[in-house]
Amino acid sequence: MKHNNWNGFVAGAWQDTIDVRDFIQQNYKPYTGDGGFLKGATARTGDLMKKIQSLFALERQYGGVLDIDTATVTSLTAYAPGYVDKENELIVGLQTNRPLKRGVNPFGGIRMARAACEAYGYKLDQRVEEGFRYRTTHNDGVFRAYTDEMRLARKLHVITGLPDGYGRGRIIGDYRRVALYGIDRLIEEKKKDKAALANGDFNTDQIRLAEELFQQIAFLGNLKEMAAMYGCDISAPAANTREAIQWTYFGYLAAIKEQNGAANSIGRVSTFFDIYIERDIANGTLTEEGAQELIDDFVMKLRLARHLRTPEYNELFGGDPMWITESVGGMGEDGRTLVTKSSFRILNTLYTLGSAPEPNLTVLWSKALPDGFKKFCAKVSMDTDSIQYENDDVMRPDYGDDYAIACCVSAMKVGKQMQFFGARCNLAKLLLIAINGGYDASTGAKIGPQMPVLEGDKLDYAAVMERYEIYLAWLSRLYVNTMNVIHYMHDKYAYEKTQMALHDTDVHRFMAFGVAGLSVVADSLSAIKYANVAPIKNENGYVVDFKTEGEFPKYGNDDDRVDLIAKDLTHRVITELRKTPTYRNAEHTLSVLTITSNVMYGKHTGNTPDGRRAGAPFAPGANPMHNREENGALASLNSVAKIDYADCRDGISNTFSITPAALGRTDGERVANLVTILDGYFEKMAHHINVNVLSRETLMRAYEDPESYPNLTIRVSGYAVNFNKLSREQQREVISRTFHETV
Amino acid sequence: MNGIIHSIQTLGTLDGPGVRFVVFVQGCNLRCGCCHNPDTWEGGGREMSPAEIAEKATRYRTYFGKDGGVTVSGGEPLLQAEFCTELFDACHARGINTCLDTSGSVLGDKVSALLDVTDRVLLDIKYPTDAQYRAFVGCPIDKPLAFLSLLNEKKIPTTLRQVIIPALNDSAESMAFLNTLAGQYPVIDGIELLPFKKICKTKYDQMGLEFPFEKYDTPSADTMEHLQKMLQK
Repeated sequence: MKHNNWNGFVAGAWQDTIDVRDFIQQNYKPYTGDGGFLKGATARTGDLMKKIQSLFALERQYGGVLDIDTATVTSLTAYAPGYVDKENELIVGLQTNRPLKRGVNPFGGIRMARAACEAYGYKLDQRVEEGFRYRTTHNDGVFRAYTDEMRLARKLHVITGLPDGYGRGRIIGDYRRVALYGIDRLIEEKKKDKAALANGDFNTDQIRLAEELFQQIAFLGNLKEMAAMYGCDISAPAANTREAIQWTYFGYLAAIKEQNGAANSIGRVSTFFDIYIERDIANGTLTEEGAQELIDDFVMKLRLARHLRTPEYNELFGGDPMWITESVGGMGEDGRTLVTKSSFRILNTLYTLGSAPEPNLTVLWSKALPDGFKKFCAKVSMDTDSIQYENDDVMRPDYGDDYAIACCVSAMKVGKQMQFFGARCNLAKLLLIAINGGYDASTGAKIGPQMPVLEGDKLDYAAVMERYEIYLAWLSRLYVNTMNVIHYMHDKYAYEKTQMALHDTDVHRFMAFGVAGLSVVADSLSAIKYANVAPIKNENGYVVDFKTEGEFPKYGNDDDRVDLIAKDLTHRVITELRKTPTYRNAEHTLSVLTITSNVMYGKHTGNTPDGRRAGAPFAPGANPMHNREENGALASLNSVAKIDYADCRDGISNTFSITPAALGRTDGERVANLVTILDGYFEKMAHHINVNVLSRETLMRAYEDPESYPNLTIRVSGYAVNFNKLSREQQREVISRTFHETV
Repeated sequence: MNGIIHSIQTLGTLDGPGVRFVVFVQGCNLRCGCCHNPDTWEGGGREMSPAEIAEKATRYRTYFGKDGGVTVSGGEPLLQAEFCTELFDACHARGINTCLDTSGSVLGDKVSALLDVTDRVLLDIKYPTDAQYRAFVGCPIDKPLAFLSLLNEKKIPTTLRQVIIPALNDSAESMAFLNTLAGQYPVIDGIELLPFKKICKTKYDQMGLEFPFEKYDTPSADTMEHLQKMLQK
C-alpha cells in the first residue's frame, strides 16, 4: 500500500500491516552526539507558556481545581473546541472547552464523580445524576459481585487503592498509529478483524470481542469527528511534522476525554516524531527552532491535562498526577541506539518550558547508550529533578525495542500489550494479622484463616514464616479473585474504546499486582531471625507491640542476610499469585511500587517488629526504610538491585535523593559521576531509579514558604510531582527520607 | 594483617578520581586543629581483614567506571601500612584502582612498600611553614616533604590538597608554596583547595572535646575561587 504522505520514507512491512515499530526501524536516524544543536524557546513559545503559567497560578489559588463543567458527561465530542490562545497555538485540543476546566466522568462510578465535585464546592448537575440513575457504572458492577471477604480486605486496608471506583488506566494506546496511518485505514483494519471473527465459534470470549470491536470502530469515528471540530481532517496519514504531532496528540486527547484511568501514559513518541522532523528539515520546510517549538507545544498540551479526583484519591496518588509517561531512548534489537535528536528535544522542554512533573519523562537506560546522551540526561537530572531512569537492558529481552512505560515502572509493548492495573496489598499488615491468627489489632476485626495467636515469649523465625506463608497463600488467592471481579466489570461497563482501538485486536494482557511495605517486612523478619523479638500482648491476648533487643541486619546496607529475605518475599508472592487463574488469562505480574500511598499504608499498620511505630509511613516502593542505611548510597542501591525483575515484571521502584555536593565538586565531575552510578546500578540488573539531586534544606524552605517555590519538582515514586501539590503529611514524609550526603 | 576500620562509605566522590569506595581507618598520629574526623583519632574501630574489605569493594566495581576505585582515608592510613598494602594488592588482583588519602607524616620501609601498590596519593599539605605545622598539626613539615620526595621518586601520581582556613593559610604565600612544590615535583598533577568547615563541631561535642578551630571562620566562595586562580596546576 502507498500513500503520498509517506513520500520520502523507506518502504517496508509497515505499509501493508499496522506496524509502527517497523516504520521506525526502517526510517529513524540514531544520534550519537551531544545536546549542542538544541535551541531555546522562541518568543512565541515563551509568551504562550507565560499564559499557561498564569493559569497554573490561578488553579493553585482556587485550591487545586480551577473549574469544573458539572453538567456535561465527558466524551470525545461533548465539548466545543477549547484553546489557550488560538492564534498562537501550533498544536491544539483541550479536554473541555477551556484550559484546566475539568470534566466529569461518572462511568467508573457516580459516587466518585459526585464526591469530587463536592470536594471543590461544586454540585454534580441534576441532569447527569438523572442520566446515570438507571445506568450501571463500573463501580456498581464491582460491588454487586464482591464477596464479603473482598469488601472486608478492602475496608481493613489489606488490599487498597483498587481501581473499583475510578478508571484503571495503565493502558497505552498506540497514538502514533493515528499519525502514521490516518483514521480511515485504522477503521478498515478493525473491520477486517471483526469480519474474521465469523470464522470461529461464538463463545463468551468471541462475543465479547465482537462487541468490543464494534465499540472500537465507533470510537475511531468519534475521534475523527473530534479532530474535525478543531478543523483537522485526520482520515489520512499525517503529511508533515506538525500533523504527525497533532494527529498523535488527538489520539491521546480522545483517550483522556473518554476515560479517567489513574495513569494515562503517552508511550514512546519522540523518536517516532523525529522521523517526520528529519524529513521536513531535509526538504527545507522546518528548522531546528521550528522543531523544538512543535515539541514544546505538544508538551504544553500534556501539561494542561487534568482529571477530576476526590481527596481520598489524592491521598493515594498525591500531586494530581496523570502519569503522561514518555519513554525516551533505549537501544534497538539490532544494536543501534534508539536515541535521536528528538530524544534530546523532549528532555530540552524542561529548559524551554521549565521543570515540571508532566510529562513523566522516563529514560530507558542502557550501558550502550551514546555517551553524549547519558551526560545530557545526568545534567537534566541535576538541573531539574524531573526525570527517571529504567533499565532497558533488563526490559528489552522481554519486551523488544518498541515498548513503553505505563504509569511509573510498568513496561508493555506499545499497541500489543495492555495491563489490568491492581494497586497493591499491604505485606506488613499481613504479617501482623498472621502473628495474631487472623485478627487485625488496628481495627479489632477478624479476617482470613482463624487460628490461635502465635505462642511464646520470643518470636521464632521458622514459626513466623510458616504462619506467614499460610496468610500469603490466602491473601494471594483473594487478591487475584478481587482483581478478576474488577476487570470483568471494567471491561463490561467502562471499556477503554479509544485506547483499545489503538491496539492490535489480539492483545496480550498482564494482571499487575503490587506489594507495599517490603522493607518493613524484610527488616521485621530480619529482627525476628537475628535479634530477640518479644511480642507484647494486650488484655485480650493479641499482639500489639514488640520488644526488639539486639542487633539485626537492615535492608539497604548491601547485607545478603536481610536483602535476600526481601528478594525471597517477592518471589513467594508472585509464586502464590500465579496459582489462581486470572480473568481473560492475563499474565500475572508484580510491582514493588507505592506511589505516595506509603504514607497511607503506614497510617493503617500497627507497630512492627523492626521497631517502626504504628502509623509511621513505610518507605516508598522498594526503598529501604528511611535513615537505616549505614554504608552510604551505593550499598543502598545494591540492596534494591537484588530484587529479581523476573519476579517483579511490573517494576521495582527506587527513589534516590543525593545532595549536589555528594556527587562531586564541579558540575563536570557530578555529571560524570552520576553517569557511572547509573551505569553501575543498572549493570547490577536493577530496574528503576528516580534521581533527585537536591538538599533537604531546599525542601524544608519550600515547606515553610510554598509561594517562593511554585515550580519545585521532585521525583517521588515512579513519577514526579510539584512539591507544593503534595499534602503536608506527604511533604513531611518526603523531607524525612534519606538524603545521601557527604561525610 | 587486619586493619582497624572506623567506617566504610560506599559512595565517595570527593576523595580521589571518579566514584570511590572509601575506607576510613581508625587511629591518627596527628591532632590537626581543623580535623573533621576526630572520631577516627583513637580507640574503637572494627577489625577487618584486607580480603574482607576487598570482597566488599568488589560489589561496587560496576559503579567505578574508568576512573573510580578504592580510597583509604582516615585516620592515618600510613599507620596501618601493612594492612593497606595487603588491601591494595587484593584490589589490584580484582582490577580495582587504589588511592591513599594521607598527611604523609609517617615514613619507613612499610610505607615505601605500600606506595608500590598505590595508584594515586592525595597528600594533604596543611600549611606553608614549619612553625605552623608544629603549632597546628603536631609534626615538623620535613615529614610530608620527605614523603612527597618519595612519591616523586616512585612516580606515584599525586594530588596536593589543602584545607583553607582564613587567617592561617588563605594567603598568597601559601599558594606560592603549593606552586613551588608542584614545580619541584613532576608527580603532582593537581592541587585541590578544600574550604574549612565547621559541621564536624557536633562530633567534638558528642565526644566531649573542645573543637580547637571553632574560632576560625569558614572561607567564602569568593576567597576559594580567588585562591584557586593563583594555582598553576
